[in-house]
Formats: sequence, structure tokens, C-alpha cells
Amino acid sequence: MSLKIKALTKSIWVFHLAASPCNNCDIEILDLLTPRFDVERFGIQLVGSVRHADAILVTGSMNRKARERLKRVIAQAAKPCFVIAIGNCACSMEMFGKSYNQMECLDNVAEVDAYIAGCPPKPEAMIQGVVALIQAQLAALKKK
Amino acid sequence: MSIVQGIGYLLIGFLAAAIIGMFAHWFDRKITAKVQWRVGPPFFQPLYDLVKLLAKEVIVPEGASRFLFLSAPLFGLAAVSVVSALLIRTVIFPQQTFIGDLIVVIYLLTIPSQAVILGAFASANPLASLGGSREMKLILSYELPFVLAILVPVIKAGDTIRLGAILEHQATHGAVIASISGVIAFVISLICMQAKLAKVPFDVPEAETEIMGGAYIEYSGAALGLFKLTQWMMMFVVPFFLMMLFIGAVNWRQSWLNIVWAGIIYIGILLFMTLVRNTNPRLRIDQIMKFFWAKITPIAVVAVILAFLGL
Repeated sequence: MSLKIKALTKSIWVFHLAASPCNNCDIEILDLLTPRFDVERFGIQLVGSVRHADAILVTGSMNRKARERLKRVIAQAAKPCFVIAIGNCACSMEMFGKSYNQMECLDNVAEVDAYIAGCPPKPEAMIQGVVALIQAQLAALKKK
Repeated sequence: MSIVQGIGYLLIGFLAAAIIGMFAHWFDRKITAKVQWRVGPPFFQPLYDLVKLLAKEVIVPEGASRFLFLSAPLFGLAAVSVVSALLIRTVIFPQQTFIGDLIVVIYLLTIPSQAVILGAFASANPLASLGGSREMKLILSYELPFVLAILVPVIKAGDTIRLGAILEHQATHGAVIASISGVIAFVISLICMQAKLAKVPFDVPEAETEIMGGAYIEYSGAALGLFKLTQWMMMFVVPFFLMMLFIGAVNWRQSWLNIVWAGIIYIGILLFMTLVRNTNPRLRIDQIMKFFWAKITPIAVVAVILAFLGL
């Protein structure tokens, strides 16, 4: 069990799930892979299929249509898989909260492991969020 | 050879290919990172990836053929392990190999690709079957020039289809690559190797940006891990096979320095593969077929004719 989580923290393959975002957070996520931040140093890789993913990065405020798809995609992931909400929209729906096409917040639909706020969050903030998630997992492991 | 010895060789072949293949995969990613002005993954990254994948949940999609879906990765892994064991045994005891092992190796080297096709079609996903059909067309494209290129060392070594005899011939008469036909055939086989390993520009079966992992799209956990391991082992087995056929540099009986020399050549081949991968766009499948059938195959035929003439 401990080896499993340790290997997982050293090689996080992320799947990028855009649930009706404005694309700003998505651009910042792709920034993480550029030479300036290069998250492949920590074994983080973008993958194309949700079956390969260890973490799902959700961006956007999730409208009516996206909600059903998001539920299905998250259910398709192989466990253990973390869900990370990126940007104010995914964390709290922000100013779209009272809009006619929004139903509920992301954490009512899926179990979110980390919230990274910002509009859009800086790449540094995302790295910090992922590091906090890893540390929380390792700390939970030590308690056991 | 007793059963115990056979299992021992198989274990050695598997471990050697797995360890060197993981190194090759790390090297590939590191050089890619350097080309893109990044830092790149740590040395043990392939090991972390493999352990993580082996520990994850395996999902069999609804409507998939369960037996075929789960056994396809094993076929590929078994075939690569056998090839690796055969090649390593040939290098250690060149006299003791059987006649026709060259043909066995060529056969076994296509099984990983066929395992990918089987797994893709068994997974009941339209994108996966698209990847599977592309992989099939890819095999049809590169297999003929690959076999033609391999005919050149066979002719040079005096019409023998025994790997050990080809190695011994090169130890006494010089490497195959030191002739015109040898150079042409070696370059052709390097290009075919790129297609065999499904690397850019020939990575249409998995094409991440258009069909999202293609043949592997439904695979998760240990099954995906075994497929990845097979791919990495192929990165050791195929270059090693070509080095035995064309360069003969793995002949350690003459001097121990030859092993170092073989290592340097192997890293050179890996570097070539990685740089080609990083400086080329992905070709469409029809372009690949045209490239192999209209351009590479005629050149391979010319190489075979030159070899017959003794050039």
C-alpha cells in the first residue's frame, strides 16, 4: 500500500477535463508543461485518455450539459484517481453561480481533493496545490 | 537444454530487456526534454510509472471481450522476452544456435504489434479500433522492406539463416555495414525500426492528439503497464538485433572492449531515434504506406541486388 502511494506521488498523469471554462485556466495548465515550469521533472504528464489518468484537472463552472459528461468521465477513471478543481469557477462557480444554465457546484457532483483558486490561477499556484495534495496523501499514509 | 536452463535464459532475457528498455525510455524522454530546453524526468521515472500502473485498478470496458482484452498485453510481453533470451544466448554461445533462428526472431518481433491490434479490437472502442487498423496498415507497410534489409546480412554471411553464423562471419570477415549494400540496408532497417516502435513520424496507431492514445485508449492499470513495458523492451530488442546483424560489435570473445563499443553504438542508435522523433511531424497513414512501398522497398531491392553482386 505504501509503495503504491509513493509511486503514485512520483508519477502523476493528469487528464485535462474542460467543463465549460473560458479557456483561461486551460492555457495556464498548458503553461505548466513549457520549459519555464516543466512539471515533467516531477513525473507529471498530460495523457489523452481518462483511463490512464491519476489526477483529473477540472476547469470551468460546469453548465447543465457539461455536468452529465463530467460525471461519466470521472466514473470512467481507474482508481486511485484525484480530482483537482482549478480556477474560481470550478471551486465556487464564481459570478456564474446564479446563471440560468448552472445547476450546482463541482463538489456536489464529485469528491474534490484539492481546490486551486484564482482567475486564472498562476502556474506556481497550481504546482503548490499539487504539492499540498501529495503532502496530504503522504501524511495520511504516515498516520496509518 | 533442460527446462530449468530454458526458464533461466528466459528470466535473464526478460530482466536484461526490461532494465535496458527502461533506461532507453528514460534516455528518450530526457533527450526530448533537452531538445525542448527543459530539465526532464528523473532517472528512475520509468520504474515509478511501472510500479504505479501495476498497482492501479484494471477496468474492463462494457462490451469488451474480457479474455482477449486482458491477455493481449501478455502475448506481446512473452514474445519480446523470448526474442531477448534468444538474442542474448546467441551472443554468449554463437555455435549452439539452431538453424532458422533468424526467421523465428523476425516472426516473434511482429507479435507485440499484433497484440496491440488484438487488444485494440477487443476493447470495443471506436477510437481504439481505428488505432488497431492503423497499426495493421503500418505492419503491412514496413514489414517487407524490413525483411529485405535483413536479407543483406544473410547473403553476405554466405546464405545462412542462423544468427550465430552471421555473427561469426562478421567476426572473421568484417562487419556487414562496411559495404555499400550493408550501409543502405542498415539505414532502411533503422527507418523500419522507427515504424516498428511506433515512434514519430510513424506513431499513427497511438497519435495522442487526434485519437487520444488510440489502441491503448481503454487500457488502464496493470494491463497498460505491461503494454508500456513491452514498448520499452522493444527499444532494447530491435536495435540490439540490428546491431548483431549489421555491425557484429557485440562479439565479446575478441576483447572485452567490444562490449563498451556496443554500448556506445546502442546509445548512438537511441539518440538517432530520439532526434528523428523530435524533429519530424506525424505522417498520415496513406503517406506512410506510399513512403514505404514506393520509396523504401525499391531501395531495399537494390540493396539486395548489390549484395548478390558482392558489393
